[in-house]
Amino acid sequence: MPGVLTAYAWELRKLVHQKRTFLGLGAALAVPLIFVTALTLQGGSPNDVAFGKYVRESGLAIPLVLLLFASIWLFPLVTALVAGDIIAAEDHNGTLKTIFTRSLDRGHIFAGKALAALTYAAAALFLMGSVAVVAGSLKSGFNSLVSLSGDRVSAPHALGLVAASFAVYLIPIASVVAIGLLLSALTRNSAAAVVGTLMTALLMQLIGILPGLGSLQPYLLTTQFSAWQGFFQTPTDWTPIIRAVWVCALYGLPCLLGAYLIFLRRDVSGG
Amino acid sequence: MSAGSPPVEARGLVKRYGHVLAVDGVDLTVSTGDIYGYLGPNGAGKTTSLRMLLGLITPTAGVAKLFGRDPMVMGRRALEGVAGFVEAPRFYPYLTGRKNLELLAAFDGGDAASLIDEMLEAVDLADRQRDRVGTYSHGMKQRLGIAASLIRRPRLLILDEPNTGLDPAGMRDMKVLIRRLASEGITVLLSSHQMADVEELCNRVAIINRGRILYEGQVATLKQSLGTWYTVRTSDPEAAERVGLRLGLDDVARGGDELRFGASEETVERFVAELIREGIGVRALVPQQATLEDLFFQLTEPGGHQPLAPLPGLEAVT
Repeated sequence: MPGVLTAYAWELRKLVHQKRTFLGLGAALAVPLIFVTALTLQGGSPNDVAFGKYVRESGLAIPLVLLLFASIWLFPLVTALVAGDIIAAEDHNGTLKTIFTRSLDRGHIFAGKALAALTYAAAALFLMGSVAVVAGSLKSGFNSLVSLSGDRVSAPHALGLVAASFAVYLIPIASVVAIGLLLSALTRNSAAAVVGTLMTALLMQLIGILPGLGSLQPYLLTTQFSAWQGFFQTPTDWTPIIRAVWVCALYGLPCLLGAYLIFLRRDVSGG
Repeated sequence: MSAGSPPVEARGLVKRYGHVLAVDGVDLTVSTGDIYGYLGPNGAGKTTSLRMLLGLITPTAGVAKLFGRDPMVMGRRALEGVAGFVEAPRFYPYLTGRKNLELLAAFDGGDAASLIDEMLEAVDLADRQRDRVGTYSHGMKQRLGIAASLIRRPRLLILDEPNTGLDPAGMRDMKVLIRRLASEGITVLLSSHQMADVEELCNRVAIINRGRILYEGQVATLKQSLGTWYTVRTSDPEAAERVGLRLGLDDVARGGDELRFGASEETVERFVAELIREGIGVRALVPQQATLEDLFFQLTEPGGHQPLAPLPGLEAVT
């Protein structure tokens, strides 16, 4: 009996056949390569960000620096490219009526789409992380790393912490996926949904730097992109990570529920 | 499924978009084995009705059931044994024709995937199955839509303007296909603008205009209700016209040496006898059965009932 896995598998296949899929993956691949190339060609380090001053000592600092840079616009954009398009594209192609008259529930189709969008963002993140670790290690060596508490962490342990950091980074990414899905279902327009998702992320960053709104900072979605830094405290500081879980749930779950209900109840009168 | 439930049963279907009443209390019953024609001008409410039947849009009021199951209540389970498309069939343009069918077969489950090759052959797309749908012509997409419907092994096939974009050979093949499917026991609900095809294929029709059903019933009964009219060619059309008017022929129209009129068989008999008695030569007398198209225009054109349209070159004289 077809179910969520059927929809999920076919959403992934559809992604493989679309050019825009490779735009995001290409960016995730290119950014660490460009960063390492720039380090090779130029002197200096990005000392104003966490781990920035260690990028020439340990290649494992490079993926962490990239996580900070990527949270500004790269990953919201890469995530929005698919999450914002995955429902709206069905409207554009007029294919909702085609798939809604088959034997699969709308709910299963929605779940397949949501999982596919999250998988895509995770794949892009994994790609960027892997390339950054390999390229960084080639450039600066697979060396131990100094944590945010000032302790030296062995290279294998640091690699594990980098992996955990990327995993925690997925939490706010999942919320961005949910926002993208909501805008995709609501606007029925890919461009509007992609830009809207990106603008939402940028707006939160703007709120975070506005004077007088500092108290809001811990509860902004964009702040949660830094929660992984808790892994590099001694002992591990779980506070930002736990906060990321519930803050992101507060942003993501209502958006996901809204997108689901719109998808479930909508009239398919066009196409 | 309720035992004996008709493939389609709609009662009091209403769809309102703001101030626009797209469908206004439509009742439809399509029985097992019917090839049912659903006719109406553009914007009459045909496609909106079909979308409600398939559960794609929610009726403002009324209920639609397929084999006794309401898509609004039972969701996709109401569509078991039902396939078809509304307006043009749509596919993912970046996937090949075959991949599109594989996707839909996966969404259907069962043995749908095993029918793909057979259906691609049946709609003459086997040679193009590896090409992206984005490169297909409108007619090819239409045929792919038929294939996509048939892999569900439907007992009810809903086709909205299936001839759109097809060349004459494609239209002929479509008719053959519909007949074959009907002979295999598939009930067909066919929305079309091709009156001749509907008249030829369908045993029952519904005619809808401005959201309301104007006629619903057997095609044969419908044609009988319209009666027969005649064209007579004579040696003296003016004199023949005077005789016709004197005998009270209906809707008399004259053009060249031809006279067209409506009358009962008894009146025609008297009319011919009178022409001969007055020495007017009768060169031809051709009875003509009303067509579905005649009725369609009578029912759907503004102003309600109109007399049968004169033949080209004929001038109405009544």
